[in-house]
Amino acid sequence: MENLNLHDAGPPGPPPPGQHPPQNLGMPPPVPQLPPQMFTTAAQLLDLTDKKLMVALRDGRKLIGVLRSWDQFGNLVLQDTIERLFVQNLYADIERGLFLVRGENVSLLGEIDLDKDDYVPPPFQQADVEKVFALRKAENAMNKKLDKSKQKKLAAFGFEGEHHGEAIL
Amino acid sequence: MLFFSFFKTLVNHEVTVELKNDISVRGTLKSVDQYLNIKLDDISVVEEMKYPHLSSVKNVFIRGSVVRYVHLPANAVDTPLLEDATRREASQAASKAKQSSS
Repeated sequence: MENLNLHDAGPPGPPPPGQHPPQNLGMPPPVPQLPPQMFTTAAQLLDLTDKKLMVALRDGRKLIGVLRSWDQFGNLVLQDTIERLFVQNLYADIERGLFLVRGENVSLLGEIDLDKDDYVPPPFQQADVEKVFALRKAENAMNKKLDKSKQKKLAAFGFEGEHHGEAIL
Repeated sequence: MLFFSFFKTLVNHEVTVELKNDISVRGTLKSVDQYLNIKLDDISVVEEMKYPHLSSVKNVFIRGSVVRYVHLPANAVDTPLLEDATRREASQAASKAKQSSS
């Protein structure tokens, strides 16, 4: 991102696929394209920088923090992070601090609407960390067991599960 | 690169992205990159009560590697053009392979 802005034309060089060199006569005319620098990981994460995000990790954890830095792999630095545990109709927040998350572990990240900041829908109530943590642990163990037996049954039919026995929430 | 270009033509259309952890997120496709990471705006989550952590979120960046399906609006897809592009890409790949072997 060498200080390109979204209105600059793309860099010279080989045309991106979908645009055809002029000798391709008889081909359909190229679709007008938006500038290519709009379609990079960097451009997507750039406008999320310094925003409060909810990051869902592949292991089911939910982190809420301010995005301070990132790179093209989706590695993230989160500041003033809390982890929010949900179980049944309860939730609890645990202060975690500064995070460097390796990109491969990120499943999804969302910008928190500041008008709805920290809004958790009605049936969910904030509860004690210890209580929620204990319930969570029990539920995880239960899910793991269920998942294991499911994978076993699928394996008997020759299927290989996507999450390899690891419960993902 | 064909699917990357294809998704670029779907920008500003409503799509539903189903993730490998069974969450389905519907929203306006805002951006896509070479890894097929997807950015959606004005999202709504199917079975929202199951995923309370998404209720205060307005736009999401979804990592390409966790996507299972993208449900597309049928009227936004030009199937003949896509078929053409696929053949063109296949023939380009074939001629490239021939060049490198000779």
